[in-house]
Amino acid sequence: MDKGIGIHIEGLSKRYGAGNTAVDALKEVNMSVAPGEVVGLVGPSGAGKSTLLKCLGAVIEPTQGRMTLGGEVIYDNGWKIPDLRMLRRDRIGFIFQAPYLIPFLDVTDNVALLPMLAGRPNGEARTRALELLRALDVAHRAKAQPSELSGGEQQRVSIARALANRPPVILADEPTAPLDSARALAVMRILNQMASQYQTAIIVVTHDEKIIPTFKRIYHIRDGRTFEEVGEGRSLE
Amino acid sequence: MISLAGRDILHSWSKFILTGLGLGLLIGVTFTMAGVYRGMVDDAKVLLNNSSADLWVVQKDTQGPYAESSSIHDDVYRGILGMPGVAQAANVTYLTMQVRKGAAFSPNSLPEGERGAGSLRESHNSDVRAMVVGFEPGQPGEPGYLVAGRRVTRTHYEAVADIKSGFALGDHIRIRRHNYIVVGLSRRMVSSGGDPMVFIPLKDAQEAQFLKDNDAIINERARTAANPALNRPGVPGLLNAIEAAQSSNHNVNAVLVRVAEGRSAEAVAQDIRRWKHLQVFTREQMEEILVAKLIATSAKQIGMFLVILTIVSAAIVAFIIYTMTLGKIREIAVLKLIGTRNRTIAGMILQQALGLGVIGFAVGKIAATIWGPAFPKYVLLEPGDAVRGFVIVMLVCTLASTLAIRAALKIDPATAIGG
Repeated sequence: MDKGIGIHIEGLSKRYGAGNTAVDALKEVNMSVAPGEVVGLVGPSGAGKSTLLKCLGAVIEPTQGRMTLGGEVIYDNGWKIPDLRMLRRDRIGFIFQAPYLIPFLDVTDNVALLPMLAGRPNGEARTRALELLRALDVAHRAKAQPSELSGGEQQRVSIARALANRPPVILADEPTAPLDSARALAVMRILNQMASQYQTAIIVVTHDEKIIPTFKRIYHIRDGRTFEEVGEGRSLE
Repeated sequence: MISLAGRDILHSWSKFILTGLGLGLLIGVTFTMAGVYRGMVDDAKVLLNNSSADLWVVQKDTQGPYAESSSIHDDVYRGILGMPGVAQAANVTYLTMQVRKGAAFSPNSLPEGERGAGSLRESHNSDVRAMVVGFEPGQPGEPGYLVAGRRVTRTHYEAVADIKSGFALGDHIRIRRHNYIVVGLSRRMVSSGGDPMVFIPLKDAQEAQFLKDNDAIINERARTAANPALNRPGVPGLLNAIEAAQSSNHNVNAVLVRVAEGRSAEAVAQDIRRWKHLQVFTREQMEEILVAKLIATSAKQIGMFLVILTIVSAAIVAFIIYTMTLGKIREIAVLKLIGTRNRTIAGMILQQALGLGVIGFAVGKIAATIWGPAFPKYVLLEPGDAVRGFVIVMLVCTLASTLAIRAALKIDPATAIGG
């Protein structure tokens, strides 16, 4: 297993339907993100961003191609991992457009749920959750219910949840869409800090003009194909 | 691992409790229906127990005295008493009728000592449906025990009433043409239909059951006198003898027999059937008639209600759990996306359904226990039924949750990701 690779995909394609009605949502997409790196995935609606995210997240199966996660081949014209649920739980973190916290769990348990699902003892899972909440500056709301948090706090808790099992890759689906500029930039600052601190490869799907200049590397996706571009890498400080 | 179901219940406990309360009231109705059936069976058994008989001798080719009418001569018991194996035999009559309290009563019609507090309540005229039992003191058929007052000691116009009738000691009640004073109260002395019993002396009961009213007697006498065959001028005393025969009745409904110790009730019954040409039922046969035949239709009716209520309860639980699950589509999608196993999600829904069932069962049991005694008929809530009810509620909740579990398992984790 090559620890120098966060996520690497080669020639990944996804076709919906068959025959005359077949649609190629992804056409031989190539992408590589190193541990500790935050890259942007930018494109207009219908370009294939969500399809690529779902393939990367092992939610839908690509039609062909090869995918490597943390140095291990997980897809090579077919899934190489028998339990995709376990793969998602242990090795992929998800951040959504809305925080989607579990409303009946408090902040700590929302974060601790993933390690618990992975079989960690409750005490250890909660200790890890509190560590992450401290790192994200929301430890003071550890016992609060999600409904008692502000939008920014909820998004930070969802970032902590994505990091809870120390996955090699985090997929963030428009995490700043509902936020104003200051909060959006704050979220990007946190993502960069976490990527660096936990050596996690983070792919941020976005069409948010406020944050696009902050990426050092951007993948544009159009008509199912990706094009790599060097970003401005504007400072977040 | 934390209990997702428990946390969800705690999070929305008020909704959960209110839903459980509604379901519980429905389960309470179901329990009560079962209790009504048990009460009917118990009433039938109580009727047999209270008669303290081993055999019921009734009119041939009838299933009397409770399920069908039966009429036999009141001297039959003497012949039965002489048969081997018979320890006691006594006449008894049963008549279900409306017994009036204090109606058309004249205090002067009673001896001086009995004009007590009861006569003060004369103005409260009310009807009570009761089974009037004619019995002989000290013989099978008399009330087993009293909770107040004394036994019937006079040969006429005294009564012992079941407490359920609402009569009190000293109350004056009217049965047919005569007034009776309530001298004793009994408990759980009811007919198979649940009507309270009123015990009066056998002779009074025979008169109440078989004697015609005054107008009918006068009319009958006029008809007899007008019949030249029965009113012959050359035969003095014939008309009087015929009239006397017409106005007296020597029938009873049954003879209750107590078998001597060590003798088989069935063997004694066989002898009576063979030599007396009467129908005889043992305790088991009488129970079969009362439980399997007399209340069979009511039992089926209640059974239908129970089935419908169970289906309605299942539908309500299914609907509630399904709705609650559909309200959590996004959360379930997120849980599935982050790697929660299907069995964890199914377990969460199942536990919630069972939790709802437990709340419903507790509320239902408490509600049935509270409102049961207020029912006019006896409602018997047996612990065994509660255990069976709990198991059925849990099974119903489990079945009802399958719909929601199916819906939850169909939720695509990709729903959590936009696009």
